[in-house]
Amino acid sequence: MAASNTNAPTSDVTPVGAQAEAEAHRLPPAPANNPHSLAASVRDAAIAAFLAGVLGFFFIGVRTDIAPGGLDLRMRWGAWIVSILVVFAGRLLLNIFVWKTDKPITRRVKTGSGGMSETVSKTLKYALLAFALILPFFFTTFFPGKDRQFIDLAILIMTYIMLGWGLNIVVGLAGLLDLGYVAFYAVGAYSFALLAQYLDFGFWLALPLAGLLAATWGMILGFPVLRLRGDYLAIVTLAFGEIIRVVLLNWYEFTKGPDGISGIPKPTFFGLELKRGEGGFADFFGIAYDPIHRFIFLYYIILALALITNLVTMRLRRLPIGRAWEALREDEIACRSLGINTRNTKLTAFAIGAMFGGFAGSFFATRQGFISPESFTFLESAIILAIVVLGGLGSQIGVVIASVVMIGGIELLRNLGFLQQVFGSGFDPVQYRMLIFGLAMVLIMVWKPRGLVSTREPSAVYKEKKRIGADMVAQGEGH
Amino acid sequence: MEYFVQQLINGLTLGSIYGLIAIGYTMVYGIIGMINFAHGDIFMIGSFIALAVFLILTTVLGFTFLPVVLLIVLIISMFFTAAWGWTVERLAYRPLRGSFRLAPLITAIGMSIVLQNFVQITQGARVKPLPPQIQGGVTLMEGSTEAGTIVVQMSYMQMIIILSTIVLMVGFTMLISRTPLGRAQRACEQDRKMAALLGINVDRTISLTFVMGAALASVAGLMFLLLYGVIDFYIGFLAGVKAFTAAVLGGIGSLPGAMLGGLLIGLIEVFWSGYFSVEYKDVAAFSILAIVLIFLPSGLLGQPEVEKV
Repeated sequence: MAASNTNAPTSDVTPVGAQAEAEAHRLPPAPANNPHSLAASVRDAAIAAFLAGVLGFFFIGVRTDIAPGGLDLRMRWGAWIVSILVVFAGRLLLNIFVWKTDKPITRRVKTGSGGMSETVSKTLKYALLAFALILPFFFTTFFPGKDRQFIDLAILIMTYIMLGWGLNIVVGLAGLLDLGYVAFYAVGAYSFALLAQYLDFGFWLALPLAGLLAATWGMILGFPVLRLRGDYLAIVTLAFGEIIRVVLLNWYEFTKGPDGISGIPKPTFFGLELKRGEGGFADFFGIAYDPIHRFIFLYYIILALALITNLVTMRLRRLPIGRAWEALREDEIACRSLGINTRNTKLTAFAIGAMFGGFAGSFFATRQGFISPESFTFLESAIILAIVVLGGLGSQIGVVIASVVMIGGIELLRNLGFLQQVFGSGFDPVQYRMLIFGLAMVLIMVWKPRGLVSTREPSAVYKEKKRIGADMVAQGEGH
Repeated sequence: MEYFVQQLINGLTLGSIYGLIAIGYTMVYGIIGMINFAHGDIFMIGSFIALAVFLILTTVLGFTFLPVVLLIVLIISMFFTAAWGWTVERLAYRPLRGSFRLAPLITAIGMSIVLQNFVQITQGARVKPLPPQIQGGVTLMEGSTEAGTIVVQMSYMQMIIILSTIVLMVGFTMLISRTPLGRAQRACEQDRKMAALLGINVDRTISLTFVMGAALASVAGLMFLLLYGVIDFYIGFLAGVKAFTAAVLGGIGSLPGAMLGGLLIGLIEVFWSGYFSVEYKDVAAFSILAIVLIFLPSGLLGQPEVEKV
């Protein structure tokens, strides 16, 4: 564990060993002293269950509801006891098989952290790209009944991949922690919606303008926060994101506030509308009209946009500006000492990241046809940041994996109808979506603090390529 | 003038609540240098527990004497909220101690999402109204304008909030400055490794910091419940961001600073809504945050951070 010492100077603060010994001297020798014994596991599980009972009592055991003449109180002893038992059983099983045993069953899962060999990861990349290219036809051929739903999901995931790649420039490469990325998404979406509404712009004309506007906003918001670092930067960007949302919500004359903007035009295929009848896409090419065409078209638009984002990022990483970003992430003071203009470097990172957010925002507007400030809450920023961090900061393929796992995973819950037969008809898996999302965020982070793909390829190479272990880089600290 | 005094009283009341939440942020930031994003949701948890205890006491057990009921509610909700604070730290932050800085921030955001959705699922998404329990107040002054007479009133509820905040603050300051626990905490804040070498159980001290922060947040939750009479699962987010703003404004890591910042944010918010526009009161608070951080990064009472190479 030599590597972990380099980056975890505070992890050995706790005098675990000495203290545990001292306590062992004080206690009379008991069989429970062996941390791997069954009794210890049961005792630990009992403590966890007791805690769950304490924590859950006022939430699971008691339910308040609005009733005529005030609030009504209902006890739910059954649910409370079940929750305690579930915690007890879960903790006990984990203790016996994973934590408090000499031979954890997860031993085999722990093959080196993110240590994919280069050929494997390269093959995986091309395989994923090839699959992404043929994906709509894969679904129309093999799942003809559900193709619309699946392609819609693919569009959603692809949108998050694009947002993740955009944010990756700011957080992963330049190390500037941005909690208000959704602001640029909102700027992009509203630019297109307002341009379409007031000036009658089409999607393709508005797209570059929306990107430009978002980039401008990235500079405007980036400028005042140049001196901030780390957590402070995060909280100010969060504040900016909220300010933009509140303004969108309250500036009724211009943005229609909470009512939102509807009737946003759909994108055209070189001037051809994807509609039924005369002059439409299907009519022009002489094929039968099918509403799925529009979904496939939208999918390819977002795929192209996402791939452009990826390509630009990969190219920029090799340019001086990209190297300056990564240097800035590692050490800002060293960066300044070497004569790098940190102000311009940060601003370009903000602007380029924001620009891709703006593109994604216009796409979101045209796909939905309706936008309102509700779609641009802090939760959205948190999801995008979670995708970037869980994927492994700075890793492009990590963003893809994290998006598929997190977004695809929670959307899967919509299809778990059979759970209703298990838990009764009142059980709705969809409402557990965000709960599971949050839990997954915590668990993945505790399990792999560096993200799913945690090794990085160096951008600049001297003589031969070496992979950098995640523990060796002080990424994402903003200084 | 009368209007101004009335707004001043309202602002101080709101500011007391923000200040109590802000202490939790500032202590945690001082000791482990992370933003405990889930702290606002701990406040929300506190107000839900207070509501449930209050209903159990009044409707199920039939207590009627309000001061005793409120005292029991306060103690029970402090205890249970503290258990929540401890658990959050144990599950989401302790495994990541010594990891890189972004990791606990992400788990904090995850915990915040978990807590909100947990409460939403178990208690429902609709707001919980509680009719005002403490009514009446003292008329401080009366004045007449062309629009009619304005009565400046300080309700008993506001008095209770301000007084109990003062009592809590005094007690808490004593706890930090006079007791062994407070000493251990200040030592950990300065140098965790050295504190550990001197025999302080750092993990336990950090856990207790979370427990204390959560207990104070639960007091704020009870006050919020009694003052506004409406809670839902989402109140923690805005209150949390504003309390964090308060902590930053006062100088993060400084306890009197957190209280001062809380009062200032409360006053700014109330005066902004009173004299300018209610819709943009959150924008005012957020702008203050940005302006303070940009021009006065160490806050009003904080110590400037020295950058070492």
